Amino acid sequence: MEISKEKLEWIYTTMYRIRRFEETMLEQTFKGNSMGVTHPSDGQEAPPTGICAHLTDKDWIGSTHRGHGHCIAKGLDTHAMMAEIMGRATGQCGGKGGSMHIADFSKGMLGANAIVGASIPLAVGAALTAKYKGIENESVGVSFFGDGASSQGVLHESMNLASIWKLPVIFACENNGYAEATPAWYSVSADDIASRADGYGMPGVVVDGMDVFAVYDAAGEAVARARAGEGPTFLELKTYRYHGHFHADDPKKYRKADEEEHYHERDALTNFEKRVTSQKLLSAKKLKSIRDSIEQEMLDAVEFALSSPMPDVEALYSDVYVNYSNPILGLR
Amino acid sequence: MTTHNKINPLGPGYEGVTGKDLRFRDVFRDTLRAEMNRDQDVFLMGEDISGGFDRDTKEPLDAWGGPFAATKGLVQEFGPERIRDAPISEAGFVGAAVGAALTGLRPVVDLMYFDFVTVAYDQLLSNAAKSRYMFGGQTRVPMTLFARSGAGTGHAAQHSESFYSMLAHIPGLKVVVPSDPYSVKGLLAAAIRDDDPVFLVNDKKLINLTGFVPDEDYVIELGKGRYMQRGDDVTLVGMSYTSIVCEQAAAQLADAGIKADVIDMMSLSPFDEDILLESVQKTNNVVIVDEDTPRASMASEFAAVIADKAFDYLDAPVKRVTGPHSPVPYNKGLENAFMPQPEDVVGTVRNMLGRD
Repeated sequence: MEISKEKLEWIYTTMYRIRRFEETMLEQTFKGNSMGVTHPSDGQEAPPTGICAHLTDKDWIGSTHRGHGHCIAKGLDTHAMMAEIMGRATGQCGGKGGSMHIADFSKGMLGANAIVGASIPLAVGAALTAKYKGIENESVGVSFFGDGASSQGVLHESMNLASIWKLPVIFACENNGYAEATPAWYSVSADDIASRADGYGMPGVVVDGMDVFAVYDAAGEAVARARAGEGPTFLELKTYRYHGHFHADDPKKYRKADEEEHYHERDALTNFEKRVTSQKLLSAKKLKSIRDSIEQEMLDAVEFALSSPMPDVEALYSDVYVNYSNPILGLR
Repeated sequence: MTTHNKINPLGPGYEGVTGKDLRFRDVFRDTLRAEMNRDQDVFLMGEDISGGFDRDTKEPLDAWGGPFAATKGLVQEFGPERIRDAPISEAGFVGAAVGAALTGLRPVVDLMYFDFVTVAYDQLLSNAAKSRYMFGGQTRVPMTLFARSGAGTGHAAQHSESFYSMLAHIPGLKVVVPSDPYSVKGLLAAAIRDDDPVFLVNDKKLINLTGFVPDEDYVIELGKGRYMQRGDDVTLVGMSYTSIVCEQAAAQLADAGIKADVIDMMSLSPFDEDILLESVQKTNNVVIVDEDTPRASMASEFAAVIADKAFDYLDAPVKRVTGPHSPVPYNKGLENAFMPQPEDVVGTVRNMLGRD
């Protein structure tokens, strides 16, 4: 699939932004500036980037506890994301959601979701809205989830619904090999999760999730199918998370060094850089200028977040309902 | 056409209001139809809500017209896109309804039996109820769910529960419990027009009952209870079908010269604290009647609020008449013993007032 120079720049910018956001976020977490549990996605930059490259703000994505990459690829502001992770009033959710619930509905981002598999039917529902309104060509639903969620019943229900109703959905399974500490070879009954798509009457495609070009191509076909009213596609993106399940998890307790080295050799960013410079698609100078601007963006994001106010205690009681006749404050 | 002279303390009163005596089930369906006509974004989803498809034409047959024929005929009017028959996948289609609500539609979900709530509970609790709050007020979830509850029809342990409190416990979710044709019209319309997720629990024992329904379009404000009748000696608090049980008990008590305030709560979250406190401050005695099991029930919640805010007005401890702490049995005799009966309420009141 042809990729324009602008799109290539966007892809590199997005992948580098995800990488540096996660690294910066982890630094801040270990400094005690983040207020809770965070799940870094560095290593997995290619799937959200290669898929969201085909989407606009009118398309919807559902995400997971490991959702920072999805947020960034869907265009969410990294300053507000860093602020949300630090629990600040200036975060997307006013500090009430945190790392696992970052959302921005103006960007078509239905929210990171901390119940494994729970966001999958939300993307199906967004696609149902598109079909109901006859706007499938401009609004598809993408559900990001992992190999862990592939064992959840709601995924299978959602695939069945999307298929029988021919909804514009892309099931994007980021198989990073581990559900928390449990390896996919132990917990998944199939060699390829994508093979399960057969049973639901939709194409299932195994994709190299460390290669953003491969992801871009596969996602392009899936999104085109959805926009054309031809129904859902299942993509299994084989990828790898460089860190543990959450910030304080040491993956060396359950992963071998040679496996980690194998994936680092296939790093999505390094290989992108090699390919675009050797094929003279983008210059090394251009890549450096992108990296420099992201470095500055991360410094600014941290400064913005750290200098942002905490939410007022009144926020505890707001936004439970649009309206509720019993004052929430009076209920405790 | 008929008029009705029963007092309706919520509004201008039934007196002189034109309307008809209608069956609960017909009012339910007519209200769904009216709301779907009023708003193109309203659509219905559930198992067998039309029921059956022609093998050759693939057209819906409407063979069932929904569980208890609740939606019979609607698919002919609105088509299968708006009367969307779903596979048996409660978690999947409730989740899809949440996604549709988050992206601009107003889904109405028929969950068939209340007991099936648990199959979809994660979507209800973690997504429908929490999205607005955890996303900092960015979004709203304007969806309605309904399901049939209640013992008394031989449906046994897995099709008869009335676990209202399991829903009312959830911040972000609203819960309403109509008790007659009048209240189902006003509450269902209000639920569908509301911008928060609302669960309407429909006791099966109400479905074929007839009652007066005004012709006019109206909604009942969520969170409001009503007096079914007034009396000075004791307050009987009902919800859903137990409001009828309370009325029946009040009639028996009247024969013994005991006059009861009968309150029909209609909404369980939010709920009408004011009407409870107003009545208890007058009668000084209160019995709460709830078909749910007693532990952490709405009856317990109402009792706690009364004890907290009207303790000095009470002449006797607050009493609860509920189901036992057990599943619902199948055997008719056991099932009747499970459900709060008017006689149980009468006995409790007589004991409370020392009028054995």
